[in-house]
Amino acid sequence: MSATLSVSVQRGTDGRRIDRFEVPRQPAQTVLDVVTWIQREADPTLAYRFACRVGMCGSCAMTVNGKPRWTCRTRVETVAPDGCLTLEPLRNMPVVKDLVVDMAPFFAKWTAAHGVFTPRENLGADFAVVPPSSPERRAADAAIECIGCGVCYSACDVVAWRSDYLGPAALNRAWTLVNDVRDGHARERLVAVAGDAGCHACHSHGSCTQHCPKSLSPTASIAGLKRAVLRATLRGEL
Amino acid sequence: MTAARLFLLQRASAAVLALAVLVHLATIIIAVRGGLTAGEILGRTSGNVAWLAFYALFVIAAAIHAPIGLRNILREWTGWRGRSCDLAMMLLSAALLALGLRAAWAVYAA
Ligand code: SF4
Ligand code: SF4
Ligand code: FES
Repeated sequence: MSATLSVSVQRGTDGRRIDRFEVPRQPAQTVLDVVTWIQREADPTLAYRFACRVGMCGSCAMTVNGKPRWTCRTRVETVAPDGCLTLEPLRNMPVVKDLVVDMAPFFAKWTAAHGVFTPRENLGADFAVVPPSSPERRAADAAIECIGCGVCYSACDVVAWRSDYLGPAALNRAWTLVNDVRDGHARERLVAVAGDAGCHACHSHGSCTQHCPKSLSPTASIAGLKRAVLRATLRGEL
Repeated sequence: MTAARLFLLQRASAAVLALAVLVHLATIIIAVRGGLTAGEILGRTSGNVAWLAFYALFVIAAAIHAPIGLRNILREWTGWRGRSCDLAMMLLSAALLALGLRAAWAVYAA
């Protein structure tokens, strides 16, 4: 193991400028540690984003050696055994500066996919308990741990091909709510995801699932949505 | 028509096509292996309502399936959307239907 890492960082907004840095290696160093070192010790103008540093907030994702990853939980030794790192912003989102992307369009699609919990009527004044071991709860739990990092969205080729595609994260969220027995907007949600840029645009090639740092399967969620839409269509509801 | 209905139609027609293509291929292989001449084949198909019905169904399924799939590809890869694209796909569907049914009828009426 050499004492330093050779790190190339994409700068600016147009992807043309690449800066190189030599960064000292540390044991158990994460990619986010590397970026932080660069900003503190080498170039304070470097823009990047993070908050929790423990894999909860979903703000630190970047393209690391060509693949989208959460950088706070990515160890350098697992992704750069040869000591070379290339850091770029996430794909499929507008670049604000350097490694920071504008996630507004990404989250706008969550809204478009009706990714908001809407309590059904007559839910009662008390807590609406869905027992953790019940099948309903397990169905809703399957995709609920999403941290909104945008890694799947960045990994999805269909998003790259057609910018209006709702994308894996928004559809994954919609599927969670379709399975939430307390929710009252099932039909509205199915209408929202059954549109032309919705679940049917997915090619099921699983890049989102391959890269999701929370090991979720948006591919399976989208397949679930396709089935739910099909059932509703057969019933004449869509 | 909604995207959901198009999806349903495409899957349903795919299910029909999966069977129809198998029967069609098996028929070709059997006919060729059996050394049947064109005349002998036509002798068996002409006046046969079952073959006419089978190939009519095959043609209808193809005329539904192909334009929906092509429309998806065009929308994704060329960005051609909207009414003009839908209209072109309807014309394609009509052409497939007309040519296919004409062929099925020719084999029946030969
Ligand atoms: S499975 Fe669907 S959502 Fe996931 S990467 Fe592929 S096309 Fe995108
Ligand atoms: S599904 Fe996974 S990759 Fe996509 S935003 Fe949620 S946590 Fe990130
Ligand atoms: S900084 Fe919060 S997930 Fe990485």
